[in-house]
Amino acid sequence: MFGFMKKNVGKTLLVLSVGVLFSCFDSKKSDTIVIGNYGSMTGSEATFGLSTRDGILLAMEQLNAQGGINGKKVELKVYDNQGKPEEARLSVEKLINVDNVVAILGEVASTRSLAAAPVAQQYKVPMISPSSTNPEVTKKGDYIFRVCFIDPFQGSVMAKFAFNSLKLKKAVILRDSKSDYSVGLADYFIKTFTTELTGSIVADEKYQSGDVDFKAQLTSIKGKDFDFIFLPGYYTEVGLLARQARELGITKPILGGDGWDSPTLFEVGGDALNNTYISNHFSPDDPRPEVVAYVKTYKERFGVVPDGLSSAGYDAANVLFAAMKKAPSLKGEDLRNAIADTKNFPGVTGLLSLNENRDAVKSAVILKIENGKFNYLETVNP
Amino acid sequence: MNEFIQHTINGLSLGSIYALVALGYTMVFGVLQLINFAHGDIFMIGSFAGLYFLRFLSPSQPSVGVALLVVLVAMLCSGLLGMTIEKLGYRPMRKAPRINILITAIGISLFLEYGGQLLFGASPQFFPPIMEKTQFHFFGDITLDSNQVIIFFIACGLMAILQFLVFKTQFGRAMRAISHSLETASLIGINVNKIIRITFFIGSALAGAAGVLYGLAYPKIDPLMGLLPGLKAFVAAVLGGIGNITGAVIGAFILGLSETYVAGYISSTYRDALAFVILILVLLIKPAGILGTKKIEKV
Repeated sequence: MFGFMKKNVGKTLLVLSVGVLFSCFDSKKSDTIVIGNYGSMTGSEATFGLSTRDGILLAMEQLNAQGGINGKKVELKVYDNQGKPEEARLSVEKLINVDNVVAILGEVASTRSLAAAPVAQQYKVPMISPSSTNPEVTKKGDYIFRVCFIDPFQGSVMAKFAFNSLKLKKAVILRDSKSDYSVGLADYFIKTFTTELTGSIVADEKYQSGDVDFKAQLTSIKGKDFDFIFLPGYYTEVGLLARQARELGITKPILGGDGWDSPTLFEVGGDALNNTYISNHFSPDDPRPEVVAYVKTYKERFGVVPDGLSSAGYDAANVLFAAMKKAPSLKGEDLRNAIADTKNFPGVTGLLSLNENRDAVKSAVILKIENGKFNYLETVNP
Repeated sequence: MNEFIQHTINGLSLGSIYALVALGYTMVFGVLQLINFAHGDIFMIGSFAGLYFLRFLSPSQPSVGVALLVVLVAMLCSGLLGMTIEKLGYRPMRKAPRINILITAIGISLFLEYGGQLLFGASPQFFPPIMEKTQFHFFGDITLDSNQVIIFFIACGLMAILQFLVFKTQFGRAMRAISHSLETASLIGINVNKIIRITFFIGSALAGAAGVLYGLAYPKIDPLMGLLPGLKAFVAAVLGGIGNITGAVIGAFILGLSETYVAGYISSTYRDALAFVILILVLLIKPAGILGTKKIEKV
């Protein structure tokens, strides 16, 4: 190598000086604040990532239009993790080390939040998950937050709704063994349904995300004496499952959680989804004035009615911006403390306060699916 | 008992789709002694071809006629694709060591998969319903979906046509001759290249049909969908005796049924693992497969 340098002094000097020149261009523009978003923009849960990103974008644009944070505009860096946990981890590493973000918004799926959270915690960059509901996510460290309820609450909401409102006592569970969210929510549902209430679990079957054929499990279930199916999965499999259940002649109601929330659900499931109910974070039919205004602005900006994911993204972004405004600086610890202090924040998904576990205490809504639409039924307060 | 019958119906439906793909594997192996790893991806391309053609047609009402048309178009597309792959990828390798052509097959498989992701997008897409769905109920509890019936009959129809083609026509005789010995066949005047090309066309066309039928049964399709069904169809072909057409069909139905029984009675977590356990067992116990015959090489 040194022989080369000696023989070509001129060329070497040129290369070295160009290198020095480029290093002078600092990628960090000091007049914008960079935040990161990682999500599944492709894959079976593509609508989750895309919706959340759109909600965050709307919040950011509104903020920048009003002057940003103390005069500085906010910039968003988005990475697609393709629905894979290893990629989620990598995305967060890139956001922190390459893009130097001050905070991260993401992820929707608990499995991916769990994969990425340790990285954010390690580098002391606050991470706010808009809609990961598995309780383990915020246990990864005090820099990890969420603006949604957690599954012990969600499970009990559906258990009580099934038992008390719909008067259904015998449940069949169908859970996605590859998803921490699904497994956890199923367990919490069972806990409330069998210990607090006097329901019974007739069968507990499993499938895996990515499966397309559920006839075997459904056939096993069909012969049993049950009142409803509890299906806490993600929309792609839920749609296929609902279809195949109806094809096999299972007409009982199916209950689920926020993982169903996607326009693609109806594309896949169609009419099979009639007579189903879910718990969710948000309903666009919420009459509160701030929600009505938000739904209108969102529709103008993106052309569709917002779903739970985009609304959670919107709230997560706004909680972050509010914290940024009141924090003494944007350094990790100051920002973290400001976020932790969020109390009675008027989000579009409800009034949120973060508790000592950095989880949001807020209400859930129950929606009924009829004719290709989510219809608002009731709100359940914590 | 009802549950068993229901599982059997589901298994036969699944098996018929595997059979169509397994036939392609076995036919190509028969004439070229090549395991065409790209075959599962031809199945995938057939599925997408069917989907895009269906969107192009956008029929106002679902009907069986539309379904058949979509299947035919998909068969044409994948048949042509198979022929192209043979011409560009495998024919130049005819005289090369076996491992070269094997690696080429893997390369083509990857090319189709990730090219598909670029072309169709990496997110899953969904087949709209093509046919009116009705359920038939037997003995109260057993349900037969009209989709399952149509898929089963289309698959069996195609297999019957293939059976006729291979055993009752000149072309079939030539194909069987080549699978016994390529050199001898060419010596007696068979146009080896042409027969191999047509074999590829037929095998790939069947895979394409399977792709559309799969899309009808399980509406979600994505560019990587060919991986697992392709592998399972390969196992089915090996189980039945690779190179043997009847064996491929038998192997596929055995696989489809056992997969459904395992998923229903034990746990669905093991359904994919079963195919590979079967593969290992076959290779350990009777590598020639159920209907396969040991080839004796006289030295």
